Amino acid sequence: MKLNKALATVALAGSVAALSAPAMARDTISIVGSSTVYPFATVVAERFGANTDFPTPKLESTGSGGGLKLFCQGVGTQHPDITNASRRMKPSEFDLCQSNGVKDITEFRIGSDGIVIASSKEAENLEVTLEQLFLALGKEVPNPKNENELIANPYKNWSDIDSSLPNKPIRVMGPPPTSGTRDSFNELALQGGCEDLPAVANMSEDDMEGVCQSIREDGAFIEAGENDNLIVQKLIGDTGMYGVFGYSFLEENADRLQAATLNGKVPTAEGIAADDYPVARSLFFYVKKAHVGVVPGIQEYAQEFTGMGAMGPNGYLKSVGLIVPPRDALMDLQEKAEKMPNLTKDELM
Amino acid sequence: MTDQRSQAELVRQSLKRRYRKERRFRAYGIAAIAIALSALVILFADIIGKGHTAFIKTTVTLEVDIDGEAMYLDDASDERQMKMADFVEPLIRALMKEIPEAGESDRDDVRDLINPYASNQLRDALRENPELLNTTQTMTFLSHTDVDVYVKHAGDASYSIKLNEKQRGWVDALYERGVVDTGFNDVFFSRGDSRDPSRAGILGAIVGSLLTMVVTLALSFPIGVAAAIYLEEFAPQNKLTDFIEVNINNLAAVPSIIFGLLGLAVFINLFGMPRSVPVVGGLVLTLMTLPTIIISSRAAIKSVPPSIREAAEGIGASKMQVVLHHVLPLAMPGMLTGSIIGMAQALGETAPLLLIGMVAFIVDVPDGFFDSATVLPVQVFLWAGSPELAFIERASAAIMVLLTFLIGMNALAIWLRKRLERRW
Repeated sequence: MKLNKALATVALAGSVAALSAPAMARDTISIVGSSTVYPFATVVAERFGANTDFPTPKLESTGSGGGLKLFCQGVGTQHPDITNASRRMKPSEFDLCQSNGVKDITEFRIGSDGIVIASSKEAENLEVTLEQLFLALGKEVPNPKNENELIANPYKNWSDIDSSLPNKPIRVMGPPPTSGTRDSFNELALQGGCEDLPAVANMSEDDMEGVCQSIREDGAFIEAGENDNLIVQKLIGDTGMYGVFGYSFLEENADRLQAATLNGKVPTAEGIAADDYPVARSLFFYVKKAHVGVVPGIQEYAQEFTGMGAMGPNGYLKSVGLIVPPRDALMDLQEKAEKMPNLTKDELM
Repeated sequence: MTDQRSQAELVRQSLKRRYRKERRFRAYGIAAIAIALSALVILFADIIGKGHTAFIKTTVTLEVDIDGEAMYLDDASDERQMKMADFVEPLIRALMKEIPEAGESDRDDVRDLINPYASNQLRDALRENPELLNTTQTMTFLSHTDVDVYVKHAGDASYSIKLNEKQRGWVDALYERGVVDTGFNDVFFSRGDSRDPSRAGILGAIVGSLLTMVVTLALSFPIGVAAAIYLEEFAPQNKLTDFIEVNINNLAAVPSIIFGLLGLAVFINLFGMPRSVPVVGGLVLTLMTLPTIIISSRAAIKSVPPSIREAAEGIGASKMQVVLHHVLPLAMPGMLTGSIIGMAQALGETAPLLLIGMVAFIVDVPDGFFDSATVLPVQVFLWAGSPELAFIERASAAIMVLLTFLIGMNALAIWLRKRLERRW
């Protein structure tokens, strides 16, 4: 009897809370997603808040995957309105969105980010192919004597891999596994240099990723924490060291650092924007159209982000290090912000 | 006889060794305290050394000629014109006047001396007072963060100065003449977060922390005390209450991130409450602090001597009167101390808030329990991870503010205990 009463009370409390929920309207835009896009999106959000009558949007840095998961959880003001991503939405994520009622989504490709390998200007510059880079940093690499067999990485010096490389021990500092930069570095640089090797050619995709994206743990690759400043300081003090970080950091320290060429390409803003540089990725944000008009200011935010003030040749996003798309792509973006076209699954395939 | 003497001999012989042992033991103790203290001193020295400069702001005071023609503005009360007006131009002109050696080609370098949001300040001044148009006003603006870093940290190897040679010369000259000046950083205490370090403040985080703590205290103290009183005074001793007791003790040791997961699943996903709001943060921290409060409250109730209960019962008080009139007032100091320590713990917590969206970039200072907010330790975390060097000193300054609050709360707990405690 007593138990029944207790259960009834709990049920009642629950349903009261559930009923009261839809009444909680929200007038601040809620944005989640990639930590790579976060520094750019926060600047846009702050400008947007300062220059319009809308409140400043709220931003959470949840990572691209985490952001899309939250974004696709449903329609309603308890779910975010916009998510940032440092990669494109996957078809599976699109399906998740659809099955939760998030039908209409607009995609904005806001620019690019490149990952560079750099060293002090006084050091010997590195000119490597992605394959050589994988051989230098992979945990297991093909045996030099038998290319189908994988062995623990035997290379000590860069010149052991190829005599054209510097005769110096392999020592590379890079971001920890929690970092999006590390994910992209693994995916674009290491896997890019490894997937065509005969030793992994017959593997399943998962096994291949396991081999290609594992970095050696014998001290040649040094995890530096999320602090890119620290990597820069180390590189300047130690000419035998190479460091991995985002392009914007190279640009900030252009007077002290030089970038290695990858597959013969020097990282430049133009090369990264045109996807010519091999370790470049695009940055996106996605807008939930069902919330436009419900939460005030969403479309205006998209217009601010894609406007000339932000992304133009003298825009403020350029000064925080975003590699902005070329002019014609920018015009397309602005039109998108005007019309908000729907994203289709075919586009993502 | 011989036996006795040899025993005294033995004692005497061992005496030296025993004294040595004691001295060694004392030395260990002193060393342990020295290690703990030096860790504390290093921590404080590091934080204060890094953070004290965050309490200084750099300003630029200019004679601004608010020239309508240069701004494409002839009526400052017309919103449409205000939207299209150029508020940067008068600032550049005012700066150029102060720097006679700067030519037309240096305009960009000159503009980068002043905060990018200075034009907003001019706009807001005009919006508030349209008559200012076409007058000359003396206005004080924040400097650009690069100037701020240069003025405060020139010559410090751990900061990289981003100004070019020309700009450094200008700033040196302006600083000498008092146009560029430093003062107490009131911005730091009166604003929310910002991506521009010189405009970033902790008021948003302080208010967010206070709102969250109010929710936590309002829920966890009455619930915790009621649970403790019931368990201690009324509940029968059986398997069920034993089970509950074990569980409460276990909950106190559960890592706080678990409470965050619970909050996400229950409050946000099931009840549909909004993300990043102090109410949800307070609810989650309530779950976290409850065990601490229940345990300390039970201990406080247990320490009330049974003679007091018996005396009250002896003159005919009911069970409830005994508890409310006699036990509770006597146990209150202990309960309060436990609650304050629980609250201090909750104030420093970030992990559970990560999952419910309170680790976020929030510029506006929250003005209610359902407004997006962040809290002090989260603000430290966000600034410490920012690439801009100027945020590092602000992170340390925020730590100082957080520590001040924590020390204050602990001091309050000690004071309450000293003041209200009774001994029998």
